[in-house]
Amino acid sequence: MAELHVALEVNGEHREVDVEPRTLLVTMLREDLELTGTHVGCDTSQCGACTVHVDGRAVKSCTVLAAQADGTSVTTIEGLGQVGSLHPIQQAFWDKHGLQCGFCTPGMIMAAADLVARNPDPSEAEIRHAIAGNICRCTGYHNIVAAVREAAAVMRGAAASA
Amino acid sequence: MIPAAFEYTRASSLQDALGILASDEGAKVIAGGQSLLPLMKLRLAQPARLVDIGRLAELRGVRRLDDGRLSVGALTTYAELADSPAVRYGVVADALPGIGDVQVRNRGTVGGAVAHADPASDLPAALLALDAEVVVQSAAGSRTVPVDGFFQGAFTTALARDEILAAVILPAPRADAGSAYASLEQRASGYPIAGVAAVVVLGAGGLIEWAGVGVTGVSDHPYRAREVEAALVGTTGSPEAVAAAAALVVGDREVNADIHAGREYRAAMAVVHARRAIGAALARVR
Amino acid sequence: MATDVLGAPVKRVEDPRFISGKGRYLDDIKLPGMAHLAILRSPYAHANIRSIDTSAAKAAPGVVAVITGADIPYNPLPMAWPAGGASGIQNNVNTPRALATDSVKWTGEGVAAVVAETAAQAVDALELIQVEWEPLPAVTDAEKALADGAPQLHENAPNNRVFDWQVGDRAATDAAFAGAEVVVSQRLVNHRLIPNPMEVRGDIGWYNPGTDEYTIWMSSQTPHIQRLLLAAFVMGVPEQKIRCISPDVGGAFGSKIYCYADMALSLFASRLVGGRPVKWVETRRESFGSTIHGRDHITYVDVAATRQGEVKGLRVRTLANLGGRLSTIGPGIPTTLYGRILSGPYKIPAVHCEVTGVYTNTTFVDAYRGAGRPEATYVVERAMDLVADELGIDPAEVRRRNFLPPDAFPYDNPSGLLTAVNGSKLYIDSGNYEPAMDKALAMAGYADMAARKAEARARGKLLGVGLSTYIEVCGVAPSKWIGAVGEGWGAAMWESSNIKVHLTGKVVVTMGTQPQGQGHETTFAQIVSHELGVPMEDIVVQHSDTQGTPFGYGSYGSRTSNVGTGAAVKAAAKIRDKARRYAAHMLEANVDDIEVEGAEYRVKGSPDKKKTLQEIAFALDLAFDTPPGMEPYLDETAYHDTDNCTFPFGTHIAVVEVDEETGNTELVRYVAVDDVGKKINPMIVDGQLHGGIAQGVGQALWEEAVYDDDGQLLSGSLLDYALPRAEWLPSFELDETVTPSPVNPLGVKGVGEAGCIASTAAVANAVNDALSPLGIRHLDMPFTAQKVWSAIQSAKGGQA
Repeated sequence: MAELHVALEVNGEHREVDVEPRTLLVTMLREDLELTGTHVGCDTSQCGACTVHVDGRAVKSCTVLAAQADGTSVTTIEGLGQVGSLHPIQQAFWDKHGLQCGFCTPGMIMAAADLVARNPDPSEAEIRHAIAGNICRCTGYHNIVAAVREAAAVMRGAAASA
Repeated sequence: MIPAAFEYTRASSLQDALGILASDEGAKVIAGGQSLLPLMKLRLAQPARLVDIGRLAELRGVRRLDDGRLSVGALTTYAELADSPAVRYGVVADALPGIGDVQVRNRGTVGGAVAHADPASDLPAALLALDAEVVVQSAAGSRTVPVDGFFQGAFTTALARDEILAAVILPAPRADAGSAYASLEQRASGYPIAGVAAVVVLGAGGLIEWAGVGVTGVSDHPYRAREVEAALVGTTGSPEAVAAAAALVVGDREVNADIHAGREYRAAMAVVHARRAIGAALARVR
Repeated sequence: MATDVLGAPVKRVEDPRFISGKGRYLDDIKLPGMAHLAILRSPYAHANIRSIDTSAAKAAPGVVAVITGADIPYNPLPMAWPAGGASGIQNNVNTPRALATDSVKWTGEGVAAVVAETAAQAVDALELIQVEWEPLPAVTDAEKALADGAPQLHENAPNNRVFDWQVGDRAATDAAFAGAEVVVSQRLVNHRLIPNPMEVRGDIGWYNPGTDEYTIWMSSQTPHIQRLLLAAFVMGVPEQKIRCISPDVGGAFGSKIYCYADMALSLFASRLVGGRPVKWVETRRESFGSTIHGRDHITYVDVAATRQGEVKGLRVRTLANLGGRLSTIGPGIPTTLYGRILSGPYKIPAVHCEVTGVYTNTTFVDAYRGAGRPEATYVVERAMDLVADELGIDPAEVRRRNFLPPDAFPYDNPSGLLTAVNGSKLYIDSGNYEPAMDKALAMAGYADMAARKAEARARGKLLGVGLSTYIEVCGVAPSKWIGAVGEGWGAAMWESSNIKVHLTGKVVVTMGTQPQGQGHETTFAQIVSHELGVPMEDIVVQHSDTQGTPFGYGSYGSRTSNVGTGAAVKAAAKIRDKARRYAAHMLEANVDDIEVEGAEYRVKGSPDKKKTLQEIAFALDLAFDTPPGMEPYLDETAYHDTDNCTFPFGTHIAVVEVDEETGNTELVRYVAVDDVGKKINPMIVDGQLHGGIAQGVGQALWEEAVYDDDGQLLSGSLLDYALPRAEWLPSFELDETVTPSPVNPLGVKGVGEAGCIASTAAVANAVNDALSPLGIRHLDMPFTAQKVWSAIQSAKGGQA
């Protein structure tokens, strides 16, 4: 199969990769761009561990072809924030013990970031609905919900004082 | 997890896509990919070529037609639909939050849901109840057909191999109509065990003048339960009348069975949710 | 002076890497020259392999090698917990091989493998391998497998029987039933579960021909044990030639304790291809069939009670489905970890339990979160509710009448917990059950439940409330217990820790345990900080690599906080002791005059004469001036075996609502009061409870492995096996009582499994309570909508 040339923006940087047509976005991110923070947790598009933002929307990168992402802007967990400049959601997951093994965490944080960007003051029910596509086996979601509420409050406070 | 190999072509226009479909028998259309890619990852689908129509601006967007109807472009995502006037239909507003999850709704398209024709897809039930139409494009031109009759079997529609679904047309909203969707989810997949969409129009004297009932998850394809509609029309929509009509929702259709719901249970859930959907639709218009 | 962080809700030191995408899990590792392995798995549950044709696969693009069982020496995987001396396993052990050769016993056993340049090429080539199969009749249900005429899996196991095992006093139990005022009996199914940690399993095997050494990266809870097992039993190479490394592990819940065929396969494959590293990562669907399953008991329970609800005897007969071959410690779970603790927190004078282990054409079964203890708790907690139902006494009151009183400890339980080697006894060390229950009842508003049920009924919902007043046997230790009466796994159960205080005063702690999300890097740093007075930020906790950590038995069975912390406390004490002796030398004082406060070592009565641990470490590392007989450097290792298990307890209360028309069941409230003793980090403890509760709720309501009669796993993907999702759960309401354990030097007990042990029974009791107005006495889990609806229909039909 002829390889495809994919050019896109990843975490603010222009990247170009040649891939087999069947390459999934998550595979390209992990294998070609070595952004291994995005995880693969299932093979039926159900667990959400691979959630990234494409053009500002949360999607499952295991259910997007790399070719389909050509020309888009992709944000992964690495681009959301790094130690020293954590995104408020990352910080809240840390503060509220919103993670244990950490495997679902990047996808969970990306899903939560999508929610809070659209709904600055989500209720518990809205948070639980928004992360229904992300499976966590460790936390029972209790502290994840608490973390998202906390992050939303912090972000509202920051917006109000800006 | 890894699809079988295929060729990939991004269509530059609808005509380009139609031309590829006409010339390559192994070609299959991909839009959002939320239904097709999961099948390909399990190698249950192995198309030789994908024609990506995801960038075709001519298939995007929700717009109001002169006669008040809504034209929903095939590439409209569920998330975009939720931000469109289409949510004025209670049946659409009810169904959307239960389709997949946020990530799927951000990428999955209305056209994809209809063309893929999963037997348990939520949106087709709503479209059937609304008596919607689909606009189908081929190299030869376009045709508009009712959604009722479009679904022909599991993953099988009236779409010919060289046609592309271009838009879905929703009827003009009316003040004397109410609609609702009720379903029971299969917990693992999120697909409905049984989902029923209902639209009722109240006429003079509060009698039901018109009813549309769409059913999904129950049979090999989403269907319009005309027996239920007929039983509702002319009644006041009393609880007894609704229950009597809802009891007809399965009829003599072959009912799906799996580990989550045997035939008897699934049929019973179709009846319960028909009653609930019709009741909720009536409550919205009264 | 460092702030004392023991017992504080310190934020986890692990988290920065995980929240920023910088964790390093197995699949994140890329090695130079690495090839990829994919495994062809059996589509049949039971079949003979007539032939395997690999020629087309060998010719496929990118293929480096195609491997079948014939390429691998005959070294079946070990089975290390033979369950029970004379009555247990004899010569009927059957375990998997790296690849099956003659026959397969379940769908998903590996039969061939491809090594290729890319993962995609390996998967593509699998489709080209031709296997000629001879399908055989299959059996998946333990009861059916024991019946006459059932398909036979193994020649050495007539009637598919793995073992008959028993514990307790049969005669005393029979006598209790002979004189019983009330006898309640019930068949209980504790259905099969599939663990599903979010990170699937995988290995990277690397054979270095230059050194003749093997290195394996594995997603495992037990790297030291795997080195031992792979060396001694599977690879046939000396232990020092194998190194096992577990990187960040993305959850495990028991499923990553064991020695798996793929571990050996990846190492054999690397050797076969000349020493290229070979990576294998299972897909989620593959994981459903090839990683262990849990639970799967059919139990017949009889309860003898007085009319006042005092339970006098418990008779339990259990069939434990162990799968098509035995996993590493599969037989130990439904025996030692189940039968010996059946009496729970209750003063039941006579208990007898018989367990039959059974081979079936299903994936092998082993420890899954709780491992035997959730099954035991389910039996005794359902038993309490059945007695309450029979006698018309409130379930909380029945429990109250049967609780061991607070002065009963140490308690010598009648279900055989006491058995250890050399006549040594184990006891339930501590407990105070009523205060925990009373607190939970108050939190849940238990007294108002009748009104809430009426209100729900008016909405078309059946509300139910369920209690689980559990105890947990924590620790999977001491060695003398696990090694007792021939039923242990022939290995010890101690733990280890090494502490080094470097010249700079910075502290490196290594340990033999292996976290999978529990936060050991934080909690062990808290302990060592507390013990040595060194700030947490000056301490690093390392684990997971057999090279550089002391031998340990790994993390499972809620044992790390009981056994592992004991080792760390001891190692710290050794450091303190040596530092004190060296401080005496430095300060020219008598060692008995050196007093230690935090990191300061002072001469009694002369507070200005002092040295800090950092100063001591610096001088002792340089070693320019050491007293005779003292070795340089502050570096101490300690090994810790416990005298006893620890016994967390508590009361969990679930409130459910059942939709009478659909059978759909929702968990609407969850209250838990747990007593896990003292807490190293209460934030982490709560997190463990939350997760455990959710997993146990998952079993009760949604999760179920379903096989058809041919042995096909119908719930073989996340499309059909429902893991708990955020939308289905409420926030949990937690509180505590604190009864420190006398067993552990810190008074901690362990908490990894408590939530999961308690919650399944609480939810099951709640659903059965909800259904009881319809005349339903007992319904088995999971309470799927269809099952509950069917029960309601039957009950209503019965009433009509």
